Amino acid sequence: MAFDHLLFLGALLFCIGLFVVVTRKNAIMVLIGIELMLNAANINLIAFSSFDPNALQGQIFSLFIITVAAAEAAVGLSIVVKVYKYFQTADLDKINELKG
Amino acid sequence: MSALYIMLTKNILYAAFALILTFIGVAGIYVFLGAEFIAVTQILVYVGGILILLVFGIMLTNRLSGKKVISSAYNKIMGFIVAGGLFAILLKGILEANFSALGWIDKSKFSDSSIPAFGLTLMTDYVLVFEIIGVLLLLALIGAVRIAGNVRKEGEDGV
Repeated sequence: MAFDHLLFLGALLFCIGLFVVVTRKNAIMVLIGIELMLNAANINLIAFSSFDPNALQGQIFSLFIITVAAAEAAVGLSIVVKVYKYFQTADLDKINELKG
Repeated sequence: MSALYIMLTKNILYAAFALILTFIGVAGIYVFLGAEFIAVTQILVYVGGILILLVFGIMLTNRLSGKKVISSAYNKIMGFIVAGGLFAILLKGILEANFSALGWIDKSKFSDSSIPAFGLTLMTDYVLVFEIIGVLLLLALIGAVRIAGNVRKEGEDGV
């Protein structure tokens, strides 16, 4: 598998994630976009790591990225659920006050 | 790939299922690259954990009234310009970069599967980071439960 193709795939996934984050109104769709962007970063890390014959830092770092992504998704979804209970919507444009 | 479908669909539930497909495809690429442990972790954590959380989140934040869960997009043209511009910049950078100038990249010798070496490295050189990331995950999950759960005051039943 060519090295450039992997980097293209990573860039494509990152840009799709960015598009989803920027253009969607629903908070859960924004979280999905963030997950896509983290996956793109993981692809790049593992692509560089697999062409390095004697070190494994890339794989270990991507493992930590997966862990942090899991934590972020859990906290983000709990915040979304709480916000939905308060505002009765998950639409990011309608959530426009901070005072609880 | 199925990531394009996430971009194009309006239904959030379909987007979540397309996300499963994307994650499984990415895990397959990890297997091709000789990172089996990361591939298995990816499937376990994302498909098993995050997607369940996402589907529950969709379920809890939408009235189950039978109508479809629609999330309309807005600012499509500006978003497309931003994302497409970034993609063009990245593409130009990748095409012009000379990766063979990096000394440690050995294109001829493709690293084979190395789960024992991975485990040894994780448990010797990176054991402190490993422990810290475990504590971080625990704290994040406790915080998530605390945020999403019902607040119950002392001497009083649940609100």
